[in-house]
Amino acid sequence: MSPLYSIIHRDFTLAMRQKADIFQPLTFFALVITLFPIAVGPAPETLQKIGPGVIWVAAILSALLGMERLFRDDFNDGVLEQMQLSKLSLSWIMFAKVLTHWLVSIVPLIFISPLLALFLNLTMPMYWALLATLLLGTPILSLLGAIAVALTVGLQKGGILLSLIIIPVFIPLLIFATSAVDTAMFGLNYLPQLAIIAAMLCIAMALTPIAMSYAIRVSHQ
Amino acid sequence: MFVWLHPYAKTERAYALCNTLMPYFLSAAILGLSVGLVWGMLFAPADYQQGDSFRIIYIHVPSAILSMGTYVAMAIAGLVGLVWQWKTAYMSMIAMAPVGALMCFISLFTGAAWGKPMWGTWWIWDARLTSQLILLFLYLGVMALYYAFNDRQQAGKAAAIIALIGVINIPIIHYSVEWWNTLHQGSTITKIGKPSIAPSMKWPLLVSIAGFMGLIGTLTLMQLKNVIIERELHRPWVKQLLSERETK
Amino acid sequence: MDVLVARNLTCVKQDRTLFSELDVTLRAGELVHLTGPNGAGKTSLLRILSGLSLPESGLVQVHSNSQSDVPLLYLGHKLAQNKHLSAIENLTYWTALHRVNPSLDELYEVLARYELVGLEDLPTGQLSAGQQRRVSLARTQLVDTSLWILDEPYTSLDVSGIAFIQARVDEFVAQGGCVIMTSHQALLSSHQVKELALEYRI
Repeated sequence: MSPLYSIIHRDFTLAMRQKADIFQPLTFFALVITLFPIAVGPAPETLQKIGPGVIWVAAILSALLGMERLFRDDFNDGVLEQMQLSKLSLSWIMFAKVLTHWLVSIVPLIFISPLLALFLNLTMPMYWALLATLLLGTPILSLLGAIAVALTVGLQKGGILLSLIIIPVFIPLLIFATSAVDTAMFGLNYLPQLAIIAAMLCIAMALTPIAMSYAIRVSHQ
Repeated sequence: MFVWLHPYAKTERAYALCNTLMPYFLSAAILGLSVGLVWGMLFAPADYQQGDSFRIIYIHVPSAILSMGTYVAMAIAGLVGLVWQWKTAYMSMIAMAPVGALMCFISLFTGAAWGKPMWGTWWIWDARLTSQLILLFLYLGVMALYYAFNDRQQAGKAAAIIALIGVINIPIIHYSVEWWNTLHQGSTITKIGKPSIAPSMKWPLLVSIAGFMGLIGTLTLMQLKNVIIERELHRPWVKQLLSERETK
Repeated sequence: MDVLVARNLTCVKQDRTLFSELDVTLRAGELVHLTGPNGAGKTSLLRILSGLSLPESGLVQVHSNSQSDVPLLYLGHKLAQNKHLSAIENLTYWTALHRVNPSLDELYEVLARYELVGLEDLPTGQLSAGQQRRVSLARTQLVDTSLWILDEPYTSLDVSGIAFIQARVDEFVAQGGCVIMTSHQALLSSHQVKELALEYRI
């Protein structure tokens, strides 16, 4: 087994053994979205208007919720120390872990999003735009969030602090993603917004692994 | 540049430098603020549309500009800390954070107070107010992370990373929010070409910006002195300093 | 032959200097027992020597003559294994991470020598603390390296377990390996034990 493949394989195996970690953020995601029609009223036009924003906010919150565990077990067990001692670059290792985490816990959110889009009365073009923004945007959530997770993993405080330091950074993504879906509502071209999100993703893929590995070293001190 | 900066990596020298610089910043603050604000509040002409309520810009604009600038300075201090491993760099970074957050708060508060007569409501999700609010959250995040750690050196490194991520994000946040919603009137000083502010209004504004710079410098140095003393409490030079103060 | 040379190490934790200007030289065929009271910085020193954390100042050089990708083996307080994975899985992933790929038979054989027959495929969380420690220490048999850094390897092992691990350490030292370890009990080694004592500083 090649080292990177072994990391991905290991995290998949672990995820399959602890299925609760996949289903809890998923249920949370559906639950948060259910709250909105109840809170603001079931008028279809209102729901259509707030729908994209609601789905994106719920996605950010449940991604952060699930991400807390990203490095925690490996940190507490000392597996991260051994990863640090391996000849492989820690940035690659972190990238592989985040990729696996995205596949295991975020992709299911994208899968159930058609159902939730239905709840919120989104039209077909809006749905396609939403899907595209989620596919391009959620990896950014994972990559940036992982830096914050790596920084806070040694503190054992988790949730609130993690959200506090990283949510402000997500705001541009939220703006472009929801604007793409809004544009789709009017049947206009939303490629520019997607292009900007894709650019953010490229930058995040290039830079965040370095920050993550540095953050892990800081946490390990 | 770093040849002469390097001695200040030692906390004792940095503390002495704080004491040396303090009077200059303090006098700049007192002079700039008193001249700028009195000039702006009493002598500058009233705006032909907004009347006297526009005079709040002599507080609002300096604090808004400088809260952004302080964040950048804070991130630079963090970067210096990460690259050269100076603990005084982390100390000055965290000394700047509350000052910057305060400026951010002042600009939000005055913005809201200005918004009431102008827009008829305390808060509007206008682009610059929104990005200023996000900036405040970025400051709070840096401080929250710093104070969550027990080991101050580790805390400095962690907060520096978050500050750097924030500083990369500031322009992105700024432009995305601007694009998202623009209600605010256009920028008044830096507009390329002919400035849209009358010189009689501009000069007091520039003076009060200088005064605010002095104020930020003074507050940062005071805060930095506290941070240094707090961390080096058991070092001989601090004990000596404290005993000297007691005998006075 | 010097396996590891460290010069002028200074370590500061929570603004307290644990040790300063410390020189450490580890030679092939040496067994070094790192001693000192709690809080003296034993674990910090071992982490610095292994490259896991950076000293405040100073330099660590590892001269590894082995051909493998593992210049040194560090086993800390933490067992470095996931309790949801079996012993075999933990070791497989660990060896893959270090680019040594022993066959499954080899892994079973090593675990058998560590008295873990029949427990290889259970999640390690279900094993006793001593058995978990054995799984962790079984790694010493899986990589070819010239330096072991062991932090309290005897924790939760029984008397026979300690003797067994000590025998492995002696074997390794006899082959020209170098071991630096902490332990709260005296090392009953057939080799000469070099003691490196850290003092508690205020």
